[in-house]
Amino acid sequence: MGWKFDEGSPIYLQLCNVIKSRIASGTYAPGEKLPPVRDLALEAGVNPNTVQRAYSELERDSLVNADRTSGRFVTADEEKIRTLRDMLSSACIEEMFTRLRELGLKDEEIRAAVNEWGYLK
Amino acid sequence: MITLKCEGLTKNYGQTKALDSVDLTIESGRIVGLLGPNGSGKTTLIKTASRLLVPSAGKIEVCGMRPSEKTKALVAYLPDRDYLPGWMKVSELVGMYRDFFSDFDSARAQGMMNALGLDGNMLLRKLSKGNKEKVQLILTMSRRAKLYLLDEPIAGVDPAARDFILDTILTNYDEEATVLISTHLISDVEKVLDEAIFLKQGRVVLHKPVDDVRQETGMSLDGYFREVFRC
Repeated sequence: MGWKFDEGSPIYLQLCNVIKSRIASGTYAPGEKLPPVRDLALEAGVNPNTVQRAYSELERDSLVNADRTSGRFVTADEEKIRTLRDMLSSACIEEMFTRLRELGLKDEEIRAAVNEWGYLK
Repeated sequence: MITLKCEGLTKNYGQTKALDSVDLTIESGRIVGLLGPNGSGKTTLIKTASRLLVPSAGKIEVCGMRPSEKTKALVAYLPDRDYLPGWMKVSELVGMYRDFFSDFDSARAQGMMNALGLDGNMLLRKLSKGNKEKVQLILTMSRRAKLYLLDEPIAGVDPAARDFILDTILTNYDEEATVLISTHLISDVEKVLDEAIFLKQGRVVLHKPVDDVRQETGMSLDGYFREVFRC
């Protein structure tokens, strides 16, 4: 049942991250209606109040707009979504660089290895 | 709305203090974990709220009232042991609940029984332990109560059945009702909880939103529990 969550960080933040990825990737398209709190709570296997909190957080970042009567929608502002995707992908890249530097690779080696990886795949 | 309130609630069994001056306030719309090692007072607290036990001192209120026949109509209690007669058929048990509790939703109960493939013609005692527990949980959760008291609802069932039980709790979530779950299996339930209460030797040592515990300690609720109650 539900999604897997990491130890140690608040569940609402982890929910936020999943929803952000879905917005960035277009799984939740710009302007699309988001699942109701109850449905997402069941899908993720979490408390509805936790989903509520995650949605509020995304509203504060203006990635999600709430309509009093008809629910919550992904922002229609595609520029904002591009920025979100850039932010999420640079976080991944930063993490990758950090870990590969820990393994003793130099930055040029990392870049070369990334190129190489594409071919090997 | 406050669903459950305790003030200086104390219960003595002879010399033993099972509950020692417990102060608690639980709002409606919450799913709350009642957590603590064996003998910490979890079942005593639940039995006091369902009026199977009377406090030695202090007070407890359910929806603003002292536990009585009136509050029993608002409280759906799932004991931590088999409590239904084994000679009855599943369908007869549904009928019994319908007769006993005006807030019982037979259609909902039937729907959940069907979803699990539980045959109404089966005698309760012929069911496996896990299926028996599922029947008991379905009957409890099919009431439209204000307070659900679930004493160890997931002990002794397999992981798939645990998921079903947690799903059932989430599906029946009602923002006017409160669900209090006592359990040792913290990692299984922590994502469905709003708040956690830690009981230690009859005292409340923590009462907080689960995400606050995670934020402040950098640990899961399960991890933090192991830290607090390290033997």
